[in-house]
Amino acid sequence: MKYIEPHAHMVSRITDDYMKITMAGCQAVCEPAFWAGFDRSSAQGFYDYFCQLTEHEPKRAGKFGLPHFCWLCINPKEAEDVKLAEEVIALIPRFLNGPNVLGIGEIGLNKNSRNELKVLELHVDVAARHDQLILVHTPHLEDKLKGTRLIVDMLKNDKRIRPERVIIDHVEEHTIKLVLDSGMWAGMTLYPESKCTPARAIDMVEVYGNERVWMNSACDWGISDPLAVPRTALAMKKRGHTVEAIEKLVLQNPSTFLSQCPKFKLG
Amino acid sequence: MVPGLPDRTLELYSSRMTRQQVLDLYFMDARSKLIDLAAFMDRVERAQGKEDFRMVAFRAALALLSQDAPEKARQVLLAFSDPTPEPISTATTKAACGAWPGST
Repeated sequence: MKYIEPHAHMVSRITDDYMKITMAGCQAVCEPAFWAGFDRSSAQGFYDYFCQLTEHEPKRAGKFGLPHFCWLCINPKEAEDVKLAEEVIALIPRFLNGPNVLGIGEIGLNKNSRNELKVLELHVDVAARHDQLILVHTPHLEDKLKGTRLIVDMLKNDKRIRPERVIIDHVEEHTIKLVLDSGMWAGMTLYPESKCTPARAIDMVEVYGNERVWMNSACDWGISDPLAVPRTALAMKKRGHTVEAIEKLVLQNPSTFLSQCPKFKLG
Repeated sequence: MVPGLPDRTLELYSSRMTRQQVLDLYFMDARSKLIDLAAFMDRVERAQGKEDFRMVAFRAALALLSQDAPEKARQVLLAFSDPTPEPISTATTKAACGAWPGST
């Protein structure tokens, strides 16, 4: 089954994972900038990370014939330090013309603080001024509902932002309708323990429809499954979904959203 | 659009499993998870000390499962969620704990 992995943190994965997802039918992998598991000490650390995402990682993926794309930002987990965030955000424009850069992400909120919200606004301003797609991370667990509301309200109030060019990721049953009603796209993250399981993701598709939604593994340095998308495709098949329906969700939909950036091309 | 693939709509999802098919596919998994929940509660109750706000929220969410109402997953998620609308002044931690402390 051909599919797109629209959200994976491949810098944290071993090379065998590239081989496995390619063998499973992955046609392209997209990597948002994220928290390394520790706080970087300076903007220079982010500069190096952006070089890794735009120069090194595409070569690593290329060894498997796999197109690699990325998104740039300072992750909301490091957004409490506004001065550092401002320095990092100032670095981003010089990378935006890179051939594999799709837009600004994964921006958003973590604990829903005022500083996180301010840094989110700074990121959205960069995206608006440079006409970039936006990928948004929503907070975890008890913070997700409030954070999703704050994010959607903020984006709706910025009239420069076209909702169809924004994907709000990590939706669950209590946030997906809020996102889809806003006209933005919704990402369902298949992640052990938190976010959602394959069965719940399929439930949401059956209840809320298959338009403006995608599924991703968000595999990273934590316990996560780089094969979560094809695993869910298999679960859809067991539930009687047609091959065409599965392809729409795992291939067509992400391609439709990502192709709004002319640099996105399948191999 | 992916070249060569036609646009698809919600009608592709019109075929649903029967209730019997859902039970056949998911009952054993759900049964196993239910026993895990019961064992978790036994473990908590055997242990010394007081419960905290997480277990209070957990018991409140559990009660929702026996109600005759739809959208149980959504209701459980709402039961654990921070319902307040205003941003907090400062983030003092990066991690979420699974339940809103303010609910107790």
